[in-house]
Amino acid sequence: MFAVNSLERYMSSSEILIKAHNLTKKFGNFTAVDHINFEIYKGECVGFLGPNGAGKTTTVRMIHCFWPLTEGKLYVAGFDVSTQAREVKRIVSVAPQEDNLDPDFSVIKNLQVYARYFDIPKAEATKRAKELLKFFQIEDKQDVLISELSTGMKRRLILARALINEPQILLLDEPTTGLDPQARHMVWEEVRSLRKRGVTIILTTHYMEEATALCDRVLLMDNGKIIEQGNPVELVKKHIGAEVLEIDNDEKLLHALKAEFPDARFEAFGDRIHVFTMQPHGVFERFLERNSLTNVTIRNANLEDVFLKLTGRRLRE
Amino acid sequence: MTKITDSPAKFSLPKLTYRVWHVWRRNFDVFMKTIKVNFLPSLIEPILYLLALGFGLGGFIQPIEGVPYINFIAPALVAISAMYGGFFECTYASFVRMYFQKTFDAIIATPVSVEEVIAGELLWGATRAALNSTTVLAVIGAFGLISSPLALLVPLISLLGGLLFASLAMCFTAIAPNIDFFNYPAFLLITPMFLLSGTFFPLSQLPPVVEVAALTFLPLTHLVNLIRGLVSGRAEGFMLLSLAWITVVTAALFLLSINLMKKRLIK
Repeated sequence: MFAVNSLERYMSSSEILIKAHNLTKKFGNFTAVDHINFEIYKGECVGFLGPNGAGKTTTVRMIHCFWPLTEGKLYVAGFDVSTQAREVKRIVSVAPQEDNLDPDFSVIKNLQVYARYFDIPKAEATKRAKELLKFFQIEDKQDVLISELSTGMKRRLILARALINEPQILLLDEPTTGLDPQARHMVWEEVRSLRKRGVTIILTTHYMEEATALCDRVLLMDNGKIIEQGNPVELVKKHIGAEVLEIDNDEKLLHALKAEFPDARFEAFGDRIHVFTMQPHGVFERFLERNSLTNVTIRNANLEDVFLKLTGRRLRE
Repeated sequence: MTKITDSPAKFSLPKLTYRVWHVWRRNFDVFMKTIKVNFLPSLIEPILYLLALGFGLGGFIQPIEGVPYINFIAPALVAISAMYGGFFECTYASFVRMYFQKTFDAIIATPVSVEEVIAGELLWGATRAALNSTTVLAVIGAFGLISSPLALLVPLISLLGGLLFASLAMCFTAIAPNIDFFNYPAFLLITPMFLLSGTFFPLSQLPPVVEVAALTFLPLTHLVNLIRGLVSGRAEGFMLLSLAWITVVTAALFLLSINLMKKRLIK
């Protein structure tokens, strides 16, 4: 509930930091982002979700002026990305999906050289670099080369590098892809702590759990369009309900369930059936008490259910 | 990604700021870190050429235009090292930074622009060329093969010539589908230039058609002309022509390479 309240607070009181109007990106005949409109408020953590090729990364790359727009307008902190790229890039930072750390330099030198691109004086750069390495718990690696870092440490160094210019907006493109659970949770903690400091965060992710854990609001994209948006908890309530029942695919059982839950949605794939109902918690449990069944799972509905419902189960790319 | 039909990058004069030097400095810092590995080849190579061609082969060769053979080839070695320095820095090395290390992507996420990244790379390529040729200049000096204080201008001329070869190289980098592609310009352009630019024998030995072609199309001929004139102290009028040729072609290739790279990098 806190999340919903905080969302309302952003919507009503705070300033718009990013505004996209008919934002469009075409690569030849392929339309990667198709006339989308959105606003991002100061201090929010917003997630762009969607299957591969949905247009998430392309949208993010337009926000940090990596790719020019094909059509539409995009303003970041009042600056037009098409004409004021330098101003935008000064206050926006990006932690890209791929490792583009500088392999020719040590950990701390990576940060110092990157700071130079922002005209940060050397003494200040070193001070900030040391603080960031401490914050991301890699200070004992400051003099080693990038090739000696683990995937998780590289990821944290990329985050540290993105913060060297003390950005107002931080773009995280799939920040935890390929990380083990420990490293992933560590990144989440760091993202939360940055939010508390007032950094506006935009992330793209395939992990619905991650979006639920971090985002005030998610924008769900498919085929270059925004197909749904809102607070993760609210979206689950709106599209899925409270609980999901998973059972073996059995015709008699299916019949009984349909009789018991006339308003429910049934989805079969493989040899399992998922039953979705908008009814409150506990309905499935009471059904199970009356019928002895094996191999049954009741679980809370989640954002992944919403994602699959709205984007389908067809594999992409 | 997918093919581009509408090109957002039209041919234009680059808008460059002091940030070019941030990019130059990044490469300089890496160079300083590995200076021993970088410097040794450019020191050893000219010594080998002087020993093998100058002293060895040169013993059988008549003086050329009154100049002993070793004195004839020594300034050419300086020019060749500038060519190699500029060309290889902005082909293989730039390609590695662009394609494998994604260094350019990382830099253009900062207030530095694509144009400034490429200009910084080109100026660094020119610097490498000047450093290489200055090393060779010192070597031939140590062998007593410099006859004029005008040779002090050689690093400056090498910087200009290096910028030419760096810009030429960057044009290939802009269209290279993969790193093996550079075998083509290396063997079809650089090697012929190495041999046919008045380096190891006077151009006048060649059939007139080839001589004219070499003077018209091969940048190294002009750089060899200039450096040979400065090192020998026999400055002549044609040197100004060579200087003008190099200046014009450098400016054209500098602009062309930045535009081609923009086309490659901005989608």
